[in-house]
Amino acid sequence: MSTNETASGETGVPSSVARNGTEAIVEVEGVYKSFGPQRVLNGVNLTVNRGETMAVLGRSGTGKSVLLRLIVGLQEPDSGSVRVFGQAIAGMTLDQLAPLRTRMGFMFQHAALYDSLSVARNVAFPLEHHRSDMARSERDDRVQQLLAEVSMEKHGSKMPADLSGGMQKRVALARALILEPELLLLDEPTAGLDPIGSAEIDELILSLQKGHHMAFIVVTHDMYSARTIADRLTLLDKGNVVIDGSFEELKNSDIEFVKEFLKHS
Amino acid sequence: MIDRGVIASDAEPLRSEWNPALLAIPGRLVTTLLEWFGDIGEFSWKVARAGVSRPFEWRELVRQLDEVGSMSFPLVALAGSAIGVVLAMEARSSLTRFGATSLFPSAIVYSVVQEMGPIITGLVVSGRVGAGIGAELASMKVSEQIDALEVSAVSPYRFLAVPRVLACILMLPLLTVGADACGLIMGWFAQSLAEPLSFQRFIESGFKGATLNAFLPPTFKTAVFGMIVGLIACFQGMTTTGGAEGVGRAATKSVVLASLFVILADVILVKFIMVVFPT
Repeated sequence: MSTNETASGETGVPSSVARNGTEAIVEVEGVYKSFGPQRVLNGVNLTVNRGETMAVLGRSGTGKSVLLRLIVGLQEPDSGSVRVFGQAIAGMTLDQLAPLRTRMGFMFQHAALYDSLSVARNVAFPLEHHRSDMARSERDDRVQQLLAEVSMEKHGSKMPADLSGGMQKRVALARALILEPELLLLDEPTAGLDPIGSAEIDELILSLQKGHHMAFIVVTHDMYSARTIADRLTLLDKGNVVIDGSFEELKNSDIEFVKEFLKHS
Repeated sequence: MIDRGVIASDAEPLRSEWNPALLAIPGRLVTTLLEWFGDIGEFSWKVARAGVSRPFEWRELVRQLDEVGSMSFPLVALAGSAIGVVLAMEARSSLTRFGATSLFPSAIVYSVVQEMGPIITGLVVSGRVGAGIGAELASMKVSEQIDALEVSAVSPYRFLAVPRVLACILMLPLLTVGADACGLIMGWFAQSLAEPLSFQRFIESGFKGATLNAFLPPTFKTAVFGMIVGLIACFQGMTTTGGAEGVGRAATKSVVLASLFVILADVILVKFIMVVFPT
C-alpha cells in the first residue's frame, strides 16, 4: 500500500517512467485547489500508469470530479503540477491542449451530450473534427460499432432529449471512446443506472481494458463497480488522498475513515 | 404586545451624518464595469483569433446564417412595415401643417433608410437573436456541453462564437435592406390611402438627388450592430454560472446590454458617417 504517493519526475521533463518501470500517463503532484474560501484539494499526489485502472472514491464534495477536471485541463490548480502524457498542462492554451485532449476521452457525470445533434452525430462529433480525412462510410461504421458496444445501435437517429439518463450515459461513453483514447476519464459512469446497466458499463470497461492498453480514472461512489473494474482504489477525504491501493489493502487498512467508508459502501 | 410608547421614547434621533460606506458603492460599480469591459475585451480577442485560425466551421456558419437571417426576417419585416406606416402618418400630419407635402416621399425615404430601418433592425435582432444566443450558449454552459467541446479538443470560440458573431455581422445589413424595403412599401401604401400616388413616383421623388453616401453607410453600419449583438450574447452565454437561473440571467443580460450598446454605437456611428461620408 502506498499512502499519498508522490509521482517522480520534474516539471517539464517529457514522458516519465514510474517506479515500477511502466509509463506514467498522469502525474498529479502537490495539487491544491480552492473555490473561494473552500479548499477542495489539499496537496493531492497520485500517478496513473498506462494500462492501469484507478478508481477515485470519497464522499460527495471531496474534490473527485475537480481532480478529473484538472487532469483534462478544464480547470487549473492553485498550486502543484498536473502532467499528462509527460507534459505539464498548467497554463496551456486551448490549441496547445488540443493534441493531448485527442488522446483522452472524458465522460461527464451528466453525459453532456450536444442537445442539437442526434445520438449518432454526438458520437461522430470528435471524428468529424479530428479525422476529417476519414471516409463518411468508415466514420458511420465506426459510430455504429461503438453504439452497438454500448447497446445503443437502434437509437442513433434519436435526439438526446428523447433518451433516459442511463442511455445518455452510454452514448457519452461511446463519444468518449470514438477517438480511441489512451486515457479515459469517467465521472460517475454508473450513477443513476439500474443494476443491469451498471454491470453492462463495468463489463464494457473490462473489455476495453483487455482490448487496449488504455489507462482509466474512474470517479465513483459505487464500491462494487470500483472493486470490479479497478486495479487501484484511491480514497479522498477533505482534499487529501487517505489511501491508495488495491481493494484488499483498503479492506485490511487500520485507518478509521477507510473502515468507516467501507462499512457504509 | 409592543409597547409603542417605550419604543418611541427610547429610539435614537435620526442622524443626518454622511455615511462613508456610501462612497464604496460608485467605486464598486466602476470596478465591476471595468472588469466587464476587460473580460469582454479578452473574450473578443479570443474570438477574433479563433476566427482566423483553421479549420473554419462552415456548416455551423450556414446554420447560424439561417438562424439569424431567415428566422429573424418576418419580425424585422413587420417592424419595418410598422415604422413605415407610423412615419407616413406622422410625416403627413407635420408636412401638411408646413405646406410641404411635396417633400413627403423624401421624408419617408430618408427617415427609413438613414436611421429608422437600421436602428429598428439592430434592436429587433438584439432582442430576438441576442436572447436566443445568450440562452442557448448559457444552457450549453450549465449542462457542461461547452466543457464537452473543450475536452473533445474543439475550441468553443471557433465552433460556437465565431459562426454566431459572423452570422450577425453578415445578416444585419441584409435584414436592414429588408426592413427598409418593407418600411418604404408600407409608407407609400399608407400615403396612398390618403392621397393616391404611384409607387414609381414615390420612389423617384424620394430618392431624387440622393447619393450612395446617403444610403450605403447607414445600411452597413448595422454590421457593427451585428458584431455587438453577437459578441455580447456569446460572452454572456459562455460565461454564465448557475443553473436555470443562470440561463435566464444570461438571456436577459444579453438583450439589455446588446440593445444598450447598439443605441450607443448608433450615436457614435451617425456622427462618424456624417464626418467621413458627407452627403
